[in-house]
Amino acid sequence: MSQQVPILQVKGLIKKYGDKAVLNGVDLQVEKGKVIAILGPSGCGKSTFLRCLNGLEEVQGGDILLDNQSLINKSTNWRTVRQRIGMVFQSYDLFPNLTVMENILLSPLKVQKRSREEVEKQAKELLERVGLADRANDYPRQLSGGQKQRIAIVRALCINPEIMLFDEVTASLDPEMVREVLDVIAQLAEQGMTMLIVTHEMNFARLVADEVIFMDKGKIHEQAVAEEFFSNPQTDRAKQFLNILQF
Amino acid sequence: MENLTFDWQYMIDVLPHYKTALWLTVKLAFIGIAFAIIVGLICSVIQYFKIRVLSNVVQVYLEIARNTPLLIQLFFLYYGLPKAGVTLSGELCGIIGLTFLGGSYMAEVFRSGMEAVTKSQIETGKAIGLSNLQLMRYVIIPQAFSYSIPGFSANCIFLLKETSVFSGIAILELTNTTKNLMGIFYKTNEALFMLVIGYLIILLPLTLFLTWLERRVRHAEFGN
Amino acid sequence: MLNSGISVLFEGINLQRLLIGLLATLRVALISVLISIILGIIIGIIRTSKNKLIQIPFRIYLELFRIIPILVWLFVIYYVIPANFDINLSSEVVALIVFSLWGTAEMSDIVRGAIISLPKHQMESSKALGLSPVQMYRFVLIPQAAKRSIPPMINLITRMIKTTALLTMIGVIEVIKVGQQIIEVNNLQYPTASFWIYGIIFFMYFCICFPLSRFSRKLEQKWAA
Repeated sequence: MSQQVPILQVKGLIKKYGDKAVLNGVDLQVEKGKVIAILGPSGCGKSTFLRCLNGLEEVQGGDILLDNQSLINKSTNWRTVRQRIGMVFQSYDLFPNLTVMENILLSPLKVQKRSREEVEKQAKELLERVGLADRANDYPRQLSGGQKQRIAIVRALCINPEIMLFDEVTASLDPEMVREVLDVIAQLAEQGMTMLIVTHEMNFARLVADEVIFMDKGKIHEQAVAEEFFSNPQTDRAKQFLNILQF
Repeated sequence: MENLTFDWQYMIDVLPHYKTALWLTVKLAFIGIAFAIIVGLICSVIQYFKIRVLSNVVQVYLEIARNTPLLIQLFFLYYGLPKAGVTLSGELCGIIGLTFLGGSYMAEVFRSGMEAVTKSQIETGKAIGLSNLQLMRYVIIPQAFSYSIPGFSANCIFLLKETSVFSGIAILELTNTTKNLMGIFYKTNEALFMLVIGYLIILLPLTLFLTWLERRVRHAEFGN
Repeated sequence: MLNSGISVLFEGINLQRLLIGLLATLRVALISVLISIILGIIIGIIRTSKNKLIQIPFRIYLELFRIIPILVWLFVIYYVIPANFDINLSSEVVALIVFSLWGTAEMSDIVRGAIISLPKHQMESSKALGLSPVQMYRFVLIPQAAKRSIPPMINLITRMIKTTALLTMIGVIEVIKVGQQIIEVNNLQYPTASFWIYGIIFFMYFCICFPLSRFSRKLEQKWAA
């Protein structure tokens, strides 16, 4: 068993809004191919944590290392980082003035400057995989929430990131549509994509994640292998949290 | 009550004057609006990105332009500036006036259009690696354009109506022409009737065009 | 050269006359605004009815003032009425008529807009709390409708004040006319007078309108809920 450097390392991450510390020293090692579920009560900093990883939030202390290279310095070009760390949001924002296909092709063509032929081929494959190949020329307003979210995921995947971040992507969806989106994420996990998933879907986390981290008040309260965490939570806080979800 | 019937022959006779006046009105309005759009775009971009120093200059400009009547601006340009050594033709004054006034109205409309683009749209754009310029081009401007159309239409109509004020500095647009004709021929009813029709002829097609524009932009928009 | 002209402002009672002219302007504005507010509120409330027989005529009235420039309206009333109906109207009266009609039309639109924009559930929640209709209007609906009307109302007032500049075109003795008289009289002594006189009139309008706009914006921010 060779020791590989984890693809993503977070050391003592500190994020403040004014005087208030939203992230209070977060440490995490993410190995390639692992799926990590991030759980916790509202306001514990999970989304903020994710947003720090691709530079949407500025960090006041600590370090983030991608492939052993620090991202927390002035010379970091976040645009390049964002092509390696993709993110899908809760508010599946597709650009309303572009068709589905145009949405997907935008970054690969304009930012990565790849050839249209190659990108279109990849886009079509991805659309096939999520079952939306026939919607390539529709506009976002013609799609349901679940469909839009799946397209948002395809759009992020088409950039070929090494890591995918999912920020409560099913929270805005009707229950019936949640499943179709989770299926896509489960597929990605099987294919070995490195993912950090912030979610409230406990069953899903239990099935798909390798590890679970439980956050509270800006720190990681508990971290364990997924099955362990759900069957045998160690800390009181975690127990409390999981209990609440079982009637 | 006399004089309630129209003298149609008179109206036909003076038609050429009205045609010239109408054409001049449209021309000046068109040029003025075009420049106003340019000024408005520049100002709104400056304000949106909060560019230092320039933002403040723009703010001062906006306050001055929006809190003074067009007529005074024109009088100052047409009668006042020559005393400082700058003499401009009436039509140029009119265009400058419309640009100055209109630019401020357009700036306001464009800026609020840009600010209406949601933060999550912009973050999504960033998350897929778009640069600021690309964000502007592919995300902000198309959506801002759609949000701005109602205000933009209102401004166009407003600026077109403001051309009537040009009559104060002897430009022979619709209102001034009518006033002169009334002074010569005393056919007030006919003259004013044609004046109102004149404005309708300009404004109705403009309104139809703007409504069409609004519908077309709305057509491609608004999923969420 | 140009600078010597500035003293025309301080010559004799010029400045005073300008200010008096300004007051004449403001008087027209003030009276029309008051009439517009009162009538506008009444008509605005009437216009919230869904009855087409009410909607259509008022809508036409509003659109007439939206399509036809105010200057044209001033000319129409100024020339057409005396020519056809044998009544002599002073230009001030013409100004008051036009501005009041215009102001009322716009004001009614503001009021109507404010009323129909009130969320329906406000009424339902009030009823559920047991408020009587009068109490509902007094404590819930009217304050909210007022908050939505007042900034646009101030905006309209500012516009009306700016538009009073047009009154000079129908011969009202207001600040611009006075300014022009001063320029003419002082033509030989102060050839650059027009720069300074129009300049100061420009400044005067700004001094009146700018505080109003600022105030309206502060209110909007305060009530942003």
